[in-house]
Amino acid sequence: MNEKFETHEHDVLIIGAGGAGLRAAIAALGQGASVAVVCKSLLGKAHTVMAEGGIAAAMANVDEADDWRTHFRDTIHGGKFLNNWRMAQIHAQESPERVRELEQWGALFDRTSSGDILQRAFGGHTFKRLCHVGDRTGLEMIRTLQDHGVQLGVDVYMECAITKLLTDGDRVSGAFGYWRETGRFVVFKAKSIVIATGGIGKAWRITSNSWEYTGDGMALAYDAGAELMDMEFVQFHPTGMVWPPGVQGILVTEAVRGEGGVLRNKNGERFMERYDPKNMELSTRDVVARAIYTEAREGRGTEHGGAYLDISHKPAEYVKRKLPSMYHQFRELADVDITAGPMEVGPTCHYMMGGIRVDAETAQASVPGLFAAGEAAAGLHGANRLGGNSLSDLLVFGRRAGLAAGEHAKRSGPVTIDAQQVVVGAKEMLEPFERADGDSPYQIHRDLEETMQNNVGIFRNEDDLKKGLAELARLNERVARMKVEGSRLFNPGWHLARDLKSMLTVSQAVALSALERKESRGAHSRIDFPKYDDFWAKQNNIITRDGNTMRLKQSPVAEMPVELKEIVGG
Amino acid sequence: MPDATFKILRGDRSGGELVEYQVPIAPGMVVLDALHYIQGHQAPDLAVRWNCKAGRCGSCSAEVNGRPRLTCKTRLDALPLSEPITVQPMRSFPIIKDLVTDVSWNYRVNKKIPPFTPRSNVEWKMDQSDVDRVQEFRKCIECFLCQNVCHVLRDHDKQEQFGGPRFFVRIAGLEMHPLDDVSRTQLLKAELGIGLCNITKCCTEVCPEDIHITDNAIIPLKERVVDDFYDPVRWFLRKLKGKRAV
Repeated sequence: MNEKFETHEHDVLIIGAGGAGLRAAIAALGQGASVAVVCKSLLGKAHTVMAEGGIAAAMANVDEADDWRTHFRDTIHGGKFLNNWRMAQIHAQESPERVRELEQWGALFDRTSSGDILQRAFGGHTFKRLCHVGDRTGLEMIRTLQDHGVQLGVDVYMECAITKLLTDGDRVSGAFGYWRETGRFVVFKAKSIVIATGGIGKAWRITSNSWEYTGDGMALAYDAGAELMDMEFVQFHPTGMVWPPGVQGILVTEAVRGEGGVLRNKNGERFMERYDPKNMELSTRDVVARAIYTEAREGRGTEHGGAYLDISHKPAEYVKRKLPSMYHQFRELADVDITAGPMEVGPTCHYMMGGIRVDAETAQASVPGLFAAGEAAAGLHGANRLGGNSLSDLLVFGRRAGLAAGEHAKRSGPVTIDAQQVVVGAKEMLEPFERADGDSPYQIHRDLEETMQNNVGIFRNEDDLKKGLAELARLNERVARMKVEGSRLFNPGWHLARDLKSMLTVSQAVALSALERKESRGAHSRIDFPKYDDFWAKQNNIITRDGNTMRLKQSPVAEMPVELKEIVGG
Repeated sequence: MPDATFKILRGDRSGGELVEYQVPIAPGMVVLDALHYIQGHQAPDLAVRWNCKAGRCGSCSAEVNGRPRLTCKTRLDALPLSEPITVQPMRSFPIIKDLVTDVSWNYRVNKKIPPFTPRSNVEWKMDQSDVDRVQEFRKCIECFLCQNVCHVLRDHDKQEQFGGPRFFVRIAGLEMHPLDDVSRTQLLKAELGIGLCNITKCCTEVCPEDIHITDNAIIPLKERVVDDFYDPVRWFLRKLKGKRAV
């Protein structure tokens, strides 16, 4: 293959342009590094825009008693003690400063009567803690970071997909990918790489995630030798839309419940009384999702198999002001006026707590030069993430990853690109065009979504998980034979063909880890092992690559220092 | 349910034509659902941009039956299904392929705008009432439908002299930020050509976020430009104690 590849060289390459990637870019630029951000979509379209409810930060603007210790305790309790304690501590301590920084870069949050940033209640948070802008907080955040980063001089490579990390000995040296527009290949040479690619929601049929969330970063890191952790913990958000069919899975913000929305079954019962009478609708997401699912399974669901979520007891003007996106979303897509009647909602695949295993201080993965932040990284959220903790995660660990990546680039000597790895990357991308027949990537994707939805969902058991793994193996064989039609010019079928491979790798890691963890904890519910288990209480599942085989091992959860144990309590 | 007939522009820079597809209708279906169905079953290489599918990201802009729309919010039951539904790319931007256009010009314009610059030693307190009007502008999802319909761009191709409604909205958000300390009127007048806008309100009509682009952003900015450049008294006062010009 003699194709001359377009090559770009930077100190730091950031894959993903959501909150974590952009915050990392700003931090790395501050270190004097030359920084590239590569993203599959246009800049500003990443899934951070879909974050609605707010950024959790113990600023104590509304509830004066709040402080980082309480936020830390809430996060550990929400994560069922499986969190990396140091990440949870850093996160709770640094979030307020990261929010203030956003404001200084131009973000405009809703205000208290004394002119400070307003904070709202959310599930699992002891105090009113979520800094917000109505129900479009993520948009405000990404626009602020995007404009600030561009102003500081970040080089953005939009609509460009990375398909392979390149290595030089045991460290990363760059990445190989293609321009979505032209289909031409491109090589990035870099001393440090930050993975900020988000999650894997597109492997499930009912999901709040867009086409981009195909686990690319986790699969790229796994292929390059990095460890994945906690992959069994997939968050199903309790409230996605359920009707009409085309909108199934679209997120209904937790802010509806934060602002006083109540859940009822078809008999009019506030069923959360039976699942968590203390916290009711503001219980943690794992609990509320299971409750809605159980109500529907036991015949108390709504017409379309969900629950009713009602905020119409609040004044219509208040609802429109605090939840404008929800008001429009239901009015325009479902013909429902949420100021006058209830919404129908049900669980939707939303977030991956697991991901690339990283060092708490530096966000460095187990491969030198490779860093990860945000949803693509594991550790902060343990077995279940609290609402609002993802936006703060992006800011806190995006910044730390960017700082460490910039620092690493300064310290390390030049890297070289192995031309052979590039050739392999190109060959892999072109193969599906050369096959005369084979399945369409869309058909395989639909089958993958069904497999994960039916076998690796909210409630799991050994039979389903084994069945799921067997089906994933068959899907892998079909992917090896799939066929792509058309040219390389902006060809979504071709793009999906590559994304499918990442989805399959990550889905296998999820199913394998879920099969291994023989207990129920946080977002992982085993019907055959419904209780907490003492052994599993202190273990993280770790996934590694051994040639072409996926390996699973356990690693003990790091012991928390005594002073933090005292904060956390029982 | 019956099928709907779609006529979709298939083509690239070298030309294209409307191609017909039949799509089974489901309750509540939107145009983007139909495009996905066509990709998944009939035309796997149909180029479409989309992300959130909930009217929140502004990726899936196109012209449906000639009207600039977000395809994720355009319901089939709001369209006459006795006729084929035509879907074409935004006309003001160069086509890349099918429904995907080259919108990179917008990103170049955005780079010209001086960032939010807070006053020094400011106390970070703001009244909600002051924040409200700026939050309206911050709702923009950058779907670029306003840029697409603006006749200064669509019919007169003034891309080099004119910034377009999207960026007047962005500048309004900065200029009216209660703590901002920079004036962008020189940029508005000279480089972004706000004077070329003759307030026909086409942009406001297509905004999926219902931002009052003309009334709340463009007209007040035009007034600021007039104040700064054509009213000698206010020009002098502004020089003395007003915002820093850049």
